[in-house]
Amino acid sequence: MSFHPKMAYDATFHKSARLLEDEGPPFVYSAENRARFDEIIKRYPPDRKRSAVLPALYLVQQQQGYITANGIRHVAELLEITRADVEDVVTYYSMFYRKPVGKFVLSVCRTLSCAVNGAERVTEALCERLNIKPGQTDPSGTFTLQEVECLGACDRAPVVMVNDAWQENQSPESVGKLLDDLKTRGESALTGCHHVVERKS
Amino acid sequence: MDPILTKYVRQPNSHTLDFYRQHEGYDALKKALGQTPDSLIDLVKASGLRGRGGAGFPTGMKWQFVDKKIEPRYIACNADESEPGTFKDHLLMERNPHLLIEGCAIGCYAIGAKVAYIYIRGEFYHVQRVLEQAIADAYAAGFLGKNILGSGFDCDVYVHRGAGAYEAGEETALLESLEGKRAQPRNKPPFPAVVGLYNKPTAVNNVETLCNIPLIVARGAEFFAALGPEKNGGPKLYCVSGHVKRPGVYEASMSITLRELIDGHAGGVRDGRTLKAVIPGGSSVPILLPDQLDTQASFDAIQKAGSLLGSAAIVVLDDTTCMVWLAENLLHFYRHESCGKCTPCREGTDWLHKILQKIERGEGQLRDLDLLSSISANIGGKTLCAFGDAAVTPVVTTLKHFRHEYEAHIKTGHCPLVADWRARHPVGAH
Repeated sequence: MSFHPKMAYDATFHKSARLLEDEGPPFVYSAENRARFDEIIKRYPPDRKRSAVLPALYLVQQQQGYITANGIRHVAELLEITRADVEDVVTYYSMFYRKPVGKFVLSVCRTLSCAVNGAERVTEALCERLNIKPGQTDPSGTFTLQEVECLGACDRAPVVMVNDAWQENQSPESVGKLLDDLKTRGESALTGCHHVVERKS
Repeated sequence: MDPILTKYVRQPNSHTLDFYRQHEGYDALKKALGQTPDSLIDLVKASGLRGRGGAGFPTGMKWQFVDKKIEPRYIACNADESEPGTFKDHLLMERNPHLLIEGCAIGCYAIGAKVAYIYIRGEFYHVQRVLEQAIADAYAAGFLGKNILGSGFDCDVYVHRGAGAYEAGEETALLESLEGKRAQPRNKPPFPAVVGLYNKPTAVNNVETLCNIPLIVARGAEFFAALGPEKNGGPKLYCVSGHVKRPGVYEASMSITLRELIDGHAGGVRDGRTLKAVIPGGSSVPILLPDQLDTQASFDAIQKAGSLLGSAAIVVLDDTTCMVWLAENLLHFYRHESCGKCTPCREGTDWLHKILQKIERGEGQLRDLDLLSSISANIGGKTLCAFGDAAVTPVVTTLKHFRHEYEAHIKTGHCPLVADWRARHPVGAH
């Protein structure tokens, strides 16, 4: 006899949390990205092509905005590894997007030094202005808001990373202006970190 | 002590090759190539240079352990700089990239490596571009590449961009990531010096560590050792952040005290506030209290005071900081960054965070405090890497010094210290 409770192993029983991947449109690198890929692959020993998986995925993301199953397949074929090997990496690292994101991804640092200097208030202001929650994209597809862990800009807290550019010493007021500027002037509204600012001036 | 590594960082062109060469740049590489590799390792050992990444392990010993019988060998420069509160390597790489490149080249020559990979965190894209330009300039001037300065020594330096993983700062996880896998730690031993990148002997060194190498070669081991107290020689970069008037990177001798750094260089806490606690070495180390501020900020003195110098990330907290909130904030970080390889850490950080959230909301019970201690004791020391110990530290240290704050949350049913820098309503998808 079994002490196991009776369970209905019917068609509705299986509840895997794994979602089917977004296939996306067919994907191959553009000629320019393929040339960059060929350059990057030379940095690693010929039998260690797998090392290039992170730079190869960055190229996919740059070309397509996010990483689809077809992008993963293309990288896997080029590096001669399995799709599972690539998906393993995509799902581990937080800087790869698996669904479409807005034109500007606003990443607010939420860890200690930024938090004690008002990062929560910055996030709050962004949520109110955009009428979205962290992790969401606004209906126009312009802004995606997310909270991220320490960006390493603790002396210029709180910091918001817009795509790859740091915007330092932010406040609820300044991010409101930043949103307006991004809408009207696009990427030219981004200053970058203070080292970048100092270098430009 | 006047700054040495960061002496020129405020000059507009400090990142260019021309500027670097005008200020004795690459002279140390020339000098090093005229010596034998073994004598360089002896020199670094004699200098007493200790790793600047966090552990403070003697760099010369690490280089000596690199197995010289196996080819090829590698240097992996740890530029992941992911410990909360740390931002010193960013400054060095952005404003003085050739110093790091020179350090990499000398390091490669000393251990007999031909390739150095600089593993830089993904969020440092602007730094990566500066570094890549500097590397291209160094190749063009003959300081990298084949037959460097006619010595017959070949050396390549490449930048490898990470993609957002705190754990990639752990040396073996960094190597895994560099091999194109998840950044998860390996079992040790064998250590990377014997079985490292691609299973070959590898020296994994922090950016600031390698930036000290040209100085040691140029000025000698005695000069370097004399810059600080015994066994804590050389210049040190301190990152001061949090509730201070002038947060920033300050270079000093390790004979400086925490008080001189916080009240002197960083201008102290804001007017009308008082200091409550200091984290002296990044989020992974125990907190120190205001009466311990006269502790010397050296590896040994801070350890004696009950904490660790770590990456010298000094986070200053004033009296508006709720210590339960602090533990909750940091455990959110550790829960998110746990790589998932070891069960105690993967599951335990989630439970710690859930319980801390509950207490912070005012729904905690007194028995939760024992539960926090018990979970912490079952994570610390039971994981492959030091992440587990790091993750429980904020809980253990706040419970030790600020148990009354936890009890106040539980008794009053809410957080008694809601500061003006907190959001009015909880934000974020927890």
